[in-house]
Amino acid sequence: MGIAAMVGTPIKRREDPRLITGQATYVDDLKLTGMLYMAVLRSPYGHARILDINVDTALQHPGVRAVFTAQDLKNSVGNIPIAAPLPPHITNGMGRRGALAEGKVRFYGDPVAIVVAENRYIARDALDLIEIDYEPLPAAIDIEKAMQPDAPLLYEEFGTNVAVVMHPETDEIDKVFADTLANGGVVVKDRFMNQRLAPSPMETRGVVADYRRGDKILNLWSSSQIPHLLRNYLAEQLGLAQHQVRVVVPEVGGGFGCKLNIYAEEALAAFSSMKLGQPVKWIEDRDENLAATIHGRDQVNYVEAAATKDGKVTGLKVHVISDLGAHCQFFTDVIAIAFTLPMLSGCYDIPHIYSSCDTVFTNKAPTDAYRGAGRPEACYIIERAMDLVARELKRDPAEIRRLNFLQPEQFPHKVATGALYDSGNYAGALDKAMEIIDYQKLRQEQKRKRANGELMGIGVSSYVEICGIGPKGTAPFGLYESARMRIEQSGTVIVYTGSSPHGQGEETTFAQLVSAEFGIPIEQIQVLHGDTSSTPEGRGTYGSRTTAVGGTAVFQATQRLKEKMKTIAASMLEASATDITFEDGKFAVAGSPQKSVTFEEVAATANTSNELAPGIEPGLETTVFFEPEACTFPFGTHICVVEIDKETGEPHITRYIAVDDCGRQLNPLLVAGQVHGGIVQGVGQALYEEVIYADDGQLLTNTFMDYAMPIASEFPVFELDHTVTPTDVNPLGVKGVGEAGTIGATPAVSAAIADALEVAHLNMPHKAEKIWQIIQQKRQAK
Amino acid sequence: MTTKHTITVTVNGKQYQSEVEPRMLLVHYLRDMLDLTGTHIGCNTSQCGACVVQLNGEAVKSCTVLAVQADGCEVTTIEGLAPEEGSLHPLQEAFWEQHGLQCGFCTPGMIMASYQLLKHNPNPSEAEIRKGLEGNICRCTGYQNIVRAVQDASQRLHTSEKAPVTAND
Repeated sequence: MGIAAMVGTPIKRREDPRLITGQATYVDDLKLTGMLYMAVLRSPYGHARILDINVDTALQHPGVRAVFTAQDLKNSVGNIPIAAPLPPHITNGMGRRGALAEGKVRFYGDPVAIVVAENRYIARDALDLIEIDYEPLPAAIDIEKAMQPDAPLLYEEFGTNVAVVMHPETDEIDKVFADTLANGGVVVKDRFMNQRLAPSPMETRGVVADYRRGDKILNLWSSSQIPHLLRNYLAEQLGLAQHQVRVVVPEVGGGFGCKLNIYAEEALAAFSSMKLGQPVKWIEDRDENLAATIHGRDQVNYVEAAATKDGKVTGLKVHVISDLGAHCQFFTDVIAIAFTLPMLSGCYDIPHIYSSCDTVFTNKAPTDAYRGAGRPEACYIIERAMDLVARELKRDPAEIRRLNFLQPEQFPHKVATGALYDSGNYAGALDKAMEIIDYQKLRQEQKRKRANGELMGIGVSSYVEICGIGPKGTAPFGLYESARMRIEQSGTVIVYTGSSPHGQGEETTFAQLVSAEFGIPIEQIQVLHGDTSSTPEGRGTYGSRTTAVGGTAVFQATQRLKEKMKTIAASMLEASATDITFEDGKFAVAGSPQKSVTFEEVAATANTSNELAPGIEPGLETTVFFEPEACTFPFGTHICVVEIDKETGEPHITRYIAVDDCGRQLNPLLVAGQVHGGIVQGVGQALYEEVIYADDGQLLTNTFMDYAMPIASEFPVFELDHTVTPTDVNPLGVKGVGEAGTIGATPAVSAAIADALEVAHLNMPHKAEKIWQIIQQKRQAK
Repeated sequence: MTTKHTITVTVNGKQYQSEVEPRMLLVHYLRDMLDLTGTHIGCNTSQCGACVVQLNGEAVKSCTVLAVQADGCEVTTIEGLAPEEGSLHPLQEAFWEQHGLQCGFCTPGMIMASYQLLKHNPNPSEAEIRKGLEGNICRCTGYQNIVRAVQDASQRLHTSEKAPVTAND
């Protein structure tokens, strides 16, 4: 394969050999000399007062080295870090908490005490020997009941469970709705539930902490998406300087946003190691993962849309109630406000959008970023609203979408929510998806099947999302990404990136990028990540930002080193640097291609230095921090076809078409992989997955027996295609694709189910039982 | 302390004699005592299949087998699947070629379960592969490329003489 073709080529991943042979090192694969094991005692109640804790028996158990409770952490471990506290209450401490519960437990799984022991079996045994006297309290579980004045309070001193109330004046939107109706238009409304999900990466969380007393250095291995942010915040939480903490992120078995967080257990393992002078390992069990790792989604949305009788949407009014869970984790308080509200315009040119929001604490695990983080909710709201408009006007859903799309020539475009879209061709993606599935023919087939009493539904979803965050001021810390690049004497290029992959394959895509820029074989490039002692300050992998932000930093590093290499090549060739060209790994004098030096020769000269002209600094190394000035907005159209078994209510997806546009693709094989996985997570939400709590706060879904993870037999072969609409936001023209499938899929599936049942809307997950009941109701109504 | 039991287990062709607590899980024995960390633990309740190994030639979820139950048995883990050191089994090649993995955590179990599947059904249909892998959960790939990888491996095993799937049985 030609090197120039490296970018845009579906080459297989260089990560895989270690992963397919069992040689990869995940956190639980680490074994340090003298390592102890930590286990966490968690609340069996959703809400209870802690009256007394007795750890004496546990401490006496053979092999137990320590038992710690909140009392032991005083003055040693600070509160769980949060990125962006919002006024009025959270800035005043509402939802803030220490690493172990103090006084009260506020959700099932809330950590109360830890045991450190010689092995994991003993640590687990000793949990049963800790005696806690609880006084159970009524729990606030249903979010809308939790907002009522008589609801049980999580934080009594604030007199409410509501953290943020954002209710702007409605005069303008009310007028838009009134005018639309006065002109013969329609208003549709509904209440959508976006249910609570468990991110469930196959590798649960895990930490190894090793405090070296002699050096006063904490080495911490964690299954994380954010090595540097973890280092920075954990140092502060433990009262250490940043340089005293080295975070290493080894192989990570999936994240999906839930490892974009700084958790109690990281500080607890570190504290234990500092106290005991030995390494401490904690590996989360799956039941802990489902109970105490962050959950995603959990919004209630009141949605109203106004449209002219011709189908042009004139206004959208949305009230979002966001369930924060029991306390704030890293981004808990801002998911709805920062990611749902700005994306409510979807792909459409809607002149007036009103949004209001309440964020509410409940006795459930904290919610935070889960694949899509606020954008799936926005997409679901606007896409379901478009379907309601289409149904009300008896128009085809695809037609209504096309009528309201922003047009390619309108970009860059600021939508009514204030989001600045970079580029798009929404009709292009819709057309392609409809062509692949032969939409008109499909509708005819549906008509025939309906006439035979069969239940077949077609769902269309055109999504746009926001990626590659973000410009200055988006978060309290800058959302840049770093790349350090070093070229060795041999010409081997070593890339140290601040991005922190957990399955995305950037060791491959970044190497492709460097290979193409330098004209050298991919084998000559090494991509390293996830060690704060060697990678420069970084921000990590989330929000589909790796290629758009981290990849751009890598690209810019290649450009800087190329310039320096030109200077060196010029002196080697006794020419002016401005006359040096670089192509296919060779530096040559313009017009005299025979006068050239290779990439490797320049690397050798730079590193050995004796042959360097005076004034040229030896070595080839640079560090780039790329901070994007704007975000990217990937988009696409997904079409889902379902058939429902009338007798059992079981839905079957018979076809699924995804046309995605993530800008330029560095490796189409990996792009497709991201889309496949995203779709399954989106379908998982639409059809199967749901975290359920009983009214008293008991978690009913704390194993994979009860939390329905999607499995292979539930899916057809997805039919993928793409369009390419580049962006000017970064020099690579890339947008991001990690979350697209999840965002596009859910409304497509929901629409297909509603279409099959010929109802306006039903809430997710669309389990067979619920569907069966609707079928029965309809039969009885006839 | 519980009385320990002496067990003799042959893992990837090598015989081990170990003292284990009767409650020790096979997966912990493989990972913590034999340092064979390629076998993973994903759910603790036998749903996810990250811990699948071959026990006397049949796939088992090693989080649901006690180490003492493996006494006198032969175990094959992902580390022992390739016919020889430094080579890959056709299933491993196919998972690599077809991008059948992302984070890689479910992969060893997925490959070991696919091995079992192909052993009993060398020419599975797409539906049979999907059905056959119901006991293995992957959160990354959406299964599409895993299915392709198993189809690809099936082809490779037919055309390859060097490593028929029954070689290790």
